[in-house]
Amino acid sequence: MDKKELKNFIAKRVAKEFNDGDVVNLGIGLPTLVGNFVPTNIQIFLQSENGLIGLGPAPTEDKVDNDITNAGGQPVTLLPGGMYFDSATSFGIIRGGHVDVTVLGSLQVDESGSLANWIIPGKMVPGMGGAMDLVTGAKKVILAMTHTNRGRAKILKECTLPLTAKKQVNLIVTEMGVIEVKDDGLHLVEYNPEFTIEEVVTATEATLIINNPKKMEME
Amino acid sequence: MNKLIKLEQLKDFVFDGMSIMVGGFMAVGTPELLIDELVKINVRDLTIICNDAGFIDKGVGKLITNGQVKKLVASHIGLNPMAGQLMSDDKMEVLLVPQGTLAEQIRAGGAGLGGILTPTGIGTVVENGKKIISLEGKKYILEPSMKADLALLYGSKVDKFGNTQYTKTTRNFNPVMATATKHVIVLARKLVDEMNPDHVLTPHIFIDNIVEEVQNG
Repeated sequence: MDKKELKNFIAKRVAKEFNDGDVVNLGIGLPTLVGNFVPTNIQIFLQSENGLIGLGPAPTEDKVDNDITNAGGQPVTLLPGGMYFDSATSFGIIRGGHVDVTVLGSLQVDESGSLANWIIPGKMVPGMGGAMDLVTGAKKVILAMTHTNRGRAKILKECTLPLTAKKQVNLIVTEMGVIEVKDDGLHLVEYNPEFTIEEVVTATEATLIINNPKKMEME
Repeated sequence: MNKLIKLEQLKDFVFDGMSIMVGGFMAVGTPELLIDELVKINVRDLTIICNDAGFIDKGVGKLITNGQVKKLVASHIGLNPMAGQLMSDDKMEVLLVPQGTLAEQIRAGGAGLGGILTPTGIGTVVENGKKIISLEGKKYILEPSMKADLALLYGSKVDKFGNTQYTKTTRNFNPVMATATKHVIVLARKLVDEMNPDHVLTPHIFIDNIVEEVQNG
């Protein structure tokens, strides 16, 4: 898989997690792609923490309205039924448990479901934005990320970077497999048949609990 | 009671070392004209409270670029490399706050509350040095409420009383900031005589002065 196929593969698998009527927040980058693969038999409502629900696709250049943007500041559109609200309401929705699923990327995640994705001390200090609130408040936290970073493990025994939140991740979807975070650790529930289970284990620093994982459906 | 002022009068409401809340999210909903005037006045040593650092040439980023900001309180500075540079050079203090905490601290400041209890940041560096309170088995960080000397807001439609509407996603932090500062100035994209009371998002009692964009832009 090239990089684009790989990202789409991950996004497609994440999209299968949604239920009809879910309120979903998609992070910037790979998670945004998930919106392209929502099954047509369900309807979900995309929330953007800068203050809207009913996020639609990016507008064509002639339809750009600079007053409608997503949390990355990019022009977006509002779908029928969509609405706007202020930041306090937006984070009331998020912290209050009214977002069903949040999908984020991550630099690291560990065996306890803690994640780190907001700072690399001395290198990158963008700030946490809404990420800490989202992973703390959303009912289900899904990480959509590449399994490794240039060959280095990102799924660790314990995160080494400053945490975004402790024990909040529920599901990790990568190009190599799907990992469920449970009280007793990380369960490899699906693996990509392009890889062997041994290869998945080798690319993962954390201990994976393996009990007849299913093959990820390629289509 | 006439709340309408000219843009040049902004200088009467600002002073070195003051704290200013600025509405907007990545400069969407930021009153650019008021920021430009602040740059012109060149008031210094400001504490700026804003969702983010804007861009080098947009939003509160213009104040940062001009060296007017002593301390920035924001949730995100990633789109303004100058802010990151000044931060690592110790030339500007940056307090990074989770976005929801920032919004709620400001809301609490305007609502007469001493602070809030939030689960956001538990188990992270955000909790360092703060009081943790357990309620029914769940841990919360005690975050104090936030206030400031001045708020600069961007209303898409403002009536002569100061009743304000914000269009689409320009709303963001504007309505909470309207409640939490000693003085509030709104830049009106459109000034109208009256407004449907059902459409008012910030009641006029919160607004002290109005600057009309078309008159001054």
